[in-house]
Amino acid sequence: MQKSLHIDPGKCTGCLQCESACSLENEGLFNPAKSRIKVFTFHEEGRFVPYTCTQCDEAWCMQACPVDAITLNPENGSKDVNADVCVGCKVCTIACPFGTINYNASTGKVVKCDLCGGDPQCAESCPTGAITYIDSDATGLDKMRAWASKTDNAGA
Amino acid sequence: MRHVIIGAGPAGVIAAENLKKLDPSGSVVLLGAEDKPPYSRMAIPYFLVGDIEEEGTYLRKSADYYASKGIEVRQTRVSSVDTASKRLTLADDSTLDYDKLLISTGATPVKPPIGGIDLPGVHNCWTLADAHKIVERATPGSSVVLMGAGFIGCIILEALAARNVELTVVEMENRMVSRMTNEVMGTMIKDWCVAKGINVLTSTKVGEIQESSSGKPLKVMLDNGNTIDADLVISATGVRSNTAFLGDSGIEVRDGIVVDDHMQTSVADVYAAGDVAQGRDYSTGEYYVQAIQPTAVEHGRLAAQSMVNGHKTAHRGTVNMNILDTVGLISTSFGMWMGVPGGTESESVDKEKFKYLNLQFKDDVLVGASSLGMTQHVGAMRGLIQTAKPLGEWKERLMSDPTRLMDAYLASAQQQSADLSA
Repeated sequence: MQKSLHIDPGKCTGCLQCESACSLENEGLFNPAKSRIKVFTFHEEGRFVPYTCTQCDEAWCMQACPVDAITLNPENGSKDVNADVCVGCKVCTIACPFGTINYNASTGKVVKCDLCGGDPQCAESCPTGAITYIDSDATGLDKMRAWASKTDNAGA
Repeated sequence: MRHVIIGAGPAGVIAAENLKKLDPSGSVVLLGAEDKPPYSRMAIPYFLVGDIEEEGTYLRKSADYYASKGIEVRQTRVSSVDTASKRLTLADDSTLDYDKLLISTGATPVKPPIGGIDLPGVHNCWTLADAHKIVERATPGSSVVLMGAGFIGCIILEALAARNVELTVVEMENRMVSRMTNEVMGTMIKDWCVAKGINVLTSTKVGEIQESSSGKPLKVMLDNGNTIDADLVISATGVRSNTAFLGDSGIEVRDGIVVDDHMQTSVADVYAAGDVAQGRDYSTGEYYVQAIQPTAVEHGRLAAQSMVNGHKTAHRGTVNMNILDTVGLISTSFGMWMGVPGGTESESVDKEKFKYLNLQFKDDVLVGASSLGMTQHVGAMRGLIQTAKPLGEWKERLMSDPTRLMDAYLASAQQQSADLSA
């Protein structure tokens, strides 16, 4: 069963454990600036929104890559950057309409979420259940429900 | 069904892959003119700087990739197209018949009309063959003159600087990369390059290049009266779509091959994609040669769909966008970065830190953007432009602080993937 990250901003307290865990897992150091998941803070509303790649089906980044450096991981459906092949041209970073693949100037390569190979540390480290790693079907259903309720509201 | 593709760049390769996927029993012949496997010109700067070997520029890596997908790759030029009999004449005078034809022949550098442009030591930087020649001449301490500070010029600046050459850039516009920067941003890029030790001459033209016996093989005469002794001159003054071979084929060519919203040319069963195609621009609705990688890929995919499945969904055009790394300073531009009539603009400038962000709105919708020194979440600018999400109260917040762009994006454009699919 394919799984995907599910983010419920309502449960996020802005503790940034996810950013620390991500940077430790992927960069070997506690440095939220290098995290592939980013928590955005809305001070006005006291709201926090964790945000990262949804591993979208369109895979704009993978399509746009001119040197075949981004490939589909058949195990978990993630789109992974092969750093040895990436030349650092950054065209994927403008092609991704979600802004979730980014250039790392210190390595000269792009980075994105690869679901930690199937054991995403952001979800692992989240103390409030705001980030969970669950069956894709379930997240799909949630999306549909959220969408349906929006449509209902719009009609009302 | 035989699908023939002329041109083995990104548009051609993506189309070939999609054609095989959609029409597994059809045959796909991919014709490339160069003596190399299909490769990416975008990767050439990284080859120049020595980060990658030539193989690193190849679009697909394994030697038997195309054969394994059932795509026949042939190395040949096409000398003419007969659309009435659906027949191509190849360079060796043999012929090749097609049922559906895709033209993805890309572009070629324009040769500026100046004396000495054909002298030895004057090169374009366009093909892998050019790159090899440049590597030979651009040795440490050599004097290199780069004509043109457009996309190609700027993207090879870093590669040249890294080779420790004495570098002079000559640009006739008053700023760098004028096709993606306003005066503020283009001037900031110039200031950055100058701080990196590159001699940048804007509002300057090369008048003539002469052979010289004064120690350096070339003498570059500028229109301001100065001269520069050079070992190598690189001409990067723009490109033009490769359409000469179309002759009297009846295929309509303006700036490029004009295609409809299904990527078909003015002639039935003939399609065009990528840098050679003049397709719909998402922002203006006009037909325009964008000549960018994401558009080449989208064109290739759309053309393949139309060739196999017929003309089902008209596409709404591609968003023009660019990202450029000029000696480590990263700039982007999206859509109507120059603004629209009756629109509003929000700008944040930090010249000392080389950070710049400019947002262009029509009412409360983002229609264009450009940035300098930003590497995080830049793609969201495309997302906001292409989904045309009304920003509501966030418009005013962005007017006072454009750097809150990602907050605005998250607050207003969550459900967007459905809106983006063409």
